[in-house]
Amino acid sequence: MNNNLKKINIYAIYLGAIILILPLIAFFINAFSFRWFYPQVIPKELSLQAWVRLKLIPKPGQRTFEGFIDLWASNPAVIKALLNSLSIGFLVTIVSIIIALPAARVLGLLNFRFKKLIIFIMVSPTILPPIAFVLGLNINFISWGFSGNYFGVCLVHLVPIMPYVVLTMTGIFANYNPDFEHQARTLGANKTRTFLLITLPAIAPGMVVAALFAFLVSWSQYLLTFLIGAGKVMTLPLLVFSTASSGNPALTAAISIIFIFPAILILFFTSKFVSGESGATSGFGKI
Amino acid sequence: MGGERLKIILSLTPPLLIIFTLFFGGIFYGFLQSLGYQPAIGKYEINFSAYYNVMFSERYAKLFWTGLGLNLWVSFASTFLAAVFALFGALAIRKTFFAKTICNFIYSLNLPMPHLVVAVGIIFVFSQSGLLARFASQIGLIGSPGDFPVLVKDKYGLGIILAYIWKEAAFFFIILMSVLQSLGENFEELAQSLGANRWQRFRYVILPLVMPNLFSASIIVFAFSFGAYEVPALLGVIYPQMLPVMAFEFFLNPDLNARSEGMALSIIIAIIVMILVVFYFWLTQAKIRKD
Repeated sequence: MNNNLKKINIYAIYLGAIILILPLIAFFINAFSFRWFYPQVIPKELSLQAWVRLKLIPKPGQRTFEGFIDLWASNPAVIKALLNSLSIGFLVTIVSIIIALPAARVLGLLNFRFKKLIIFIMVSPTILPPIAFVLGLNINFISWGFSGNYFGVCLVHLVPIMPYVVLTMTGIFANYNPDFEHQARTLGANKTRTFLLITLPAIAPGMVVAALFAFLVSWSQYLLTFLIGAGKVMTLPLLVFSTASSGNPALTAAISIIFIFPAILILFFTSKFVSGESGATSGFGKI
Repeated sequence: MGGERLKIILSLTPPLLIIFTLFFGGIFYGFLQSLGYQPAIGKYEINFSAYYNVMFSERYAKLFWTGLGLNLWVSFASTFLAAVFALFGALAIRKTFFAKTICNFIYSLNLPMPHLVVAVGIIFVFSQSGLLARFASQIGLIGSPGDFPVLVKDKYGLGIILAYIWKEAAFFFIILMSVLQSLGENFEELAQSLGANRWQRFRYVILPLVMPNLFSASIIVFAFSFGAYEVPALLGVIYPQMLPVMAFEFFLNPDLNARSEGMALSIIIAIIVMILVVFYFWLTQAKIRKD
């Protein structure tokens, strides 16, 4: 009896895993098939047509190294969106870490009045939905000249990212012992050297997780980019959304695969650090 | 002491400045606009007519209240079901078995996946010519795509619920796994040695232990699904429409008067979420006091 139950248990897990992976399978079939009509389950012919139409892979016959370079140099929409997404993500991540570092140190190491209130204010953007602030902010950004440009989009991405980075790094500093810094200083190291040789190595692992996470939040931002970018700043999520609404499954699937690739990569690298206690995990629910 | 205070203030100012000007500033300005204050089109009066229009005018009342109903239904159903699936998954997967690592990875795979992609995946799998419909027709269950039930872009928000379950179950799963790991199996073994059966161990040992984390994760998921735009925009229908989509469409309306109504809607969404979170804190605080 107990053994049977165990078997059912395990089969249920396998079934769950298969169901969970179905969308991913559908992405790959759609992206690499040609005329995948109902009711075929397995496509009759494989094809790179979607990728050719997105100008990511050259037409047959031109698939040499130069062919790829020429094609990508012609700046197709997907490459443009990819570069925008990447550069906005990197920039916002670096800026948020630099801004959060001193704040997290103070919040993690010191006790002072209003600390709880300040933490509450910092995390409030994670509780309220983005639509609550972005509609009003949009009007302000138009009058400040931040609407419809790269700078404005980067600025607005800081809002959902800031709380997680501050929170995660506060957690790191709460377990950090600043006495080592004093020792380095008494031994004659200056402030920069102390930071580079003592502080940075101690906080680096946690900081990497915070950075990867910040990047991912920026990477998957749709509503904020759409409204503040005013159609002039094209990123990958915007492209996925518009292709999906226009209803071409092959193109949508191909762009989606590019879009989810870094996400899976980041999960792979951080799965060790991702646990229920980490501040970053709570943000995963919101990407 | 004075130096330390200055250090605290200087360190905290930059992130607080961003949150105050962009986040609270945005909410405040949105609130002003929802009251009809729109200097851009020469309107300076302040009143609650946008709120009244959205909730009670003949034109929008039906759309608003059905939308609110859909919002509550979708958020409750998806939060509850995702939590239940994740709980059973996490309990089952603790034992060792063949290909456990792979299963573990697949179960957390949706965690970093953007909601947008999950919504597209749901279309690919559950639409009337999707993967499941094709399976069903292969084994002779259905003939044409029209025989497959409408699960995507349906009136009841089923597609939206499916997408949120897909995505948030992974989130619950990770949280539950780490709680269960830190608890170990001692409590259960103790209960078993005292004669508790399978159900009693689940009901009186595991459930109370994971409940606090499960509940706080539920609040995050509920609040998110209540105010998110992408998934209902891709998987919803025009009527009934979830409130965030409605707010956004009001806002993009070329008629600038509709803008106040869009802002009013977004403030209403924010207030509902806030009430919920405050209620949650009150509930947990009350429980701590009782204990």
